[in-house]
Amino acid sequence: MIAVVAATVREGLGWNLVDDMRQLFELHFMVNAFRAGTIVAVVAGAMGWFTVLRRQSFAGHALAVVSFPGAAGAVWLGASATAGTFVASVSAALVIALVPRSASGGGDGEDSAVIGTVQALALASGVLFVSLYGGFLNSLNGLLFGTFLGITDDQVTTLIIVGAAVLAVLAGIGRPLFFATIDADVAQASGVPVRMLSVVFLVLLGCAAAEVSQITGSLLVFALLVLPAASAQRLTSRPGSSFVLTIVLAVAITWVALAAAYFSVHPIGFFVTTIGLGVFVVVTVAQSAKVRIQRRGRSGFTSQGLAA
Amino acid sequence: MRARLLAMNAGDFEQQSVVGIPSTVSRQNPTPPSPPSPPPADVRPMLEFSQAAVRFGYRTVWSDVNVSVMPGEFVAILGPNGVGKSTLIKVALGLVPLSAGTATVLGAEPGQAGRDLGYLPQRRSFDQGLRVRGIDVVRLGADGDRWGTPLPFARRWSAQSRAQQERIDEVIEMVGAGQYAERPIGEVSGGEQQRLLIAQALVRRPKLLLLDEPLDSLDLPNQAAVAALISRISRDEGVAVAMVAHDVNPIMSYLDRVIYIGQGGAVSGTVEQVINSETLSRLYDTPIEVLRASDGRLVVVGDPEAPSHHSDRHSGRPLP
Ligand SMILES: Nc1ncnc2c1ncn2[C@@H]1O[C@H](COP(=O)(O)OP(=O)(O)O)[C@@H](O)[C@H]1O
Ligand SMILES: [Mg+2]
Repeated sequence: MIAVVAATVREGLGWNLVDDMRQLFELHFMVNAFRAGTIVAVVAGAMGWFTVLRRQSFAGHALAVVSFPGAAGAVWLGASATAGTFVASVSAALVIALVPRSASGGGDGEDSAVIGTVQALALASGVLFVSLYGGFLNSLNGLLFGTFLGITDDQVTTLIIVGAAVLAVLAGIGRPLFFATIDADVAQASGVPVRMLSVVFLVLLGCAAAEVSQITGSLLVFALLVLPAASAQRLTSRPGSSFVLTIVLAVAITWVALAAAYFSVHPIGFFVTTIGLGVFVVVTVAQSAKVRIQRRGRSGFTSQGLAA
Repeated sequence: MRARLLAMNAGDFEQQSVVGIPSTVSRQNPTPPSPPSPPPADVRPMLEFSQAAVRFGYRTVWSDVNVSVMPGEFVAILGPNGVGKSTLIKVALGLVPLSAGTATVLGAEPGQAGRDLGYLPQRRSFDQGLRVRGIDVVRLGADGDRWGTPLPFARRWSAQSRAQQERIDEVIEMVGAGQYAERPIGEVSGGEQQRLLIAQALVRRPKLLLLDEPLDSLDLPNQAAVAALISRISRDEGVAVAMVAHDVNPIMSYLDRVIYIGQGGAVSGTVEQVINSETLSRLYDTPIEVLRASDGRLVVVGDPEAPSHHSDRHSGRPLP
């Protein structure tokens, strides 16, 4: 399968953009890659927006790493790798959610010791499963660093179902979750079930991390989960706008990365990460330049005011 | 003794609060204290504790507390650090259960009052990097507890949404936050954040505001301004305010009543009735002096938890 794909892929990038696009979508595996990529990007964007606000990126990363032993273990046991990633990430989310937090951390502070431990254990058992299975190293790269080749129709269906479920739950809890994120004490006093929401959010994050890892590989989920949201929130402080912008950025990054990966020999995870990081760096530099200009403007105003 | 008094008159209240002294300085009214007129029988208290006690594990925070806040009153809750002022607020909110006695908030069990209660928790400052506008934080006070997700352009077709927006603009105007409500809340100053949070607590037109040290971490001009603001809101909107403070000085002139909390109970009354040597010494069961400086200001000296440490600490301090 991979060999056939590889043979058809290398027609190379021409100068005719329309032609290139046509070529991109002629192949069923590429259509599937775009379908899967788009679903994953939307889910990653929506969940990432909250993850960044809640400062739970580290938890998101750990949950993604856990999808690796999930997939490897499932393959070793002869089960579906996709199912394995979901089971593993959601279980890990429950572990992180249910371990009592240190008192000093308050409501939503990450307990980095627990999360770090989960992550280390995940990588260790993943390596164990790979070695138990034996001769499975081909897809090891894909599991860790991402692949867009050979995404089946079934996989796309699974991604759609899980993705829609995640987005539906998120839409249902969106406003109180935002309240609990910004202002946990007042939210709790207003009757928002802060603790329950934080458990639900982590489970959703587990699902999202497992989804994203299907495209970016479990080690590079961070790129699609965190970078678009972090960039968008720097660009605008209006919650609605930055939420939409996050999803747009995530989808755009995924599409460009898929196209780039198709026309080159390098893995998709590399492109997602570097394009996402590129966007983030540009936004950050532009923003700090803007702040500096504003500050100069403001201090000018003050000295005028004093002189008057 | 004289050196200590002078040192305190210098206005070094921070130092005092660190060692847990109930410290107050005020321009005291020279007229003798008169008992508060009893409230009319049909006026029900906004907040009422009777024989109330709170225990965490084996430790009793306070017991035998009988206090009340009447409609429209501006009441300060005072006492040394760790005495359980925040705990009292949390009991009123239904976040901490009483181990004995009863608490009634707006005629119901704590936690049932919901929309009629505004709350501002202690020492809240937003992370500098938080990229959410002040107005969004204020809006959470209006609908943050509603399930679902805000829909785009809701204001175009929903009258309710427009009314909510009008109220949000109104409270932002009321606290004078119009200039910076559109800026990310992490980037505005502590005093500005505090004003936005007061606006948030006010959005739903509460009948009772519970403010936990809203003047904490503000500089002196801001303390005075925010205190005046709270007093004005209490009067104009007819809101009862129960405000925790560790320094009664900036709010003294606005207060209807003070509640001093001790481990074995609480005393309440006018400033003159409560902040005197006899009452506070009895409450804390340790000698506490309330002194009047030559310019008429009032100084409370004493440490209900460790009186001997306190005098050692201050006797050697250089005069400014
Ligand atoms: N959830 C809790 N569990 C155990 N002890 C608590 C809890 N909350 C507060 N305390 C203790 O109760 C005492 C009163 O706390 P607090 O109400 O915050 O005091 P204050 O606001 O007057 O400074 C403190 O000694 C504090 O350590
Ligand atoms: Mg307190």
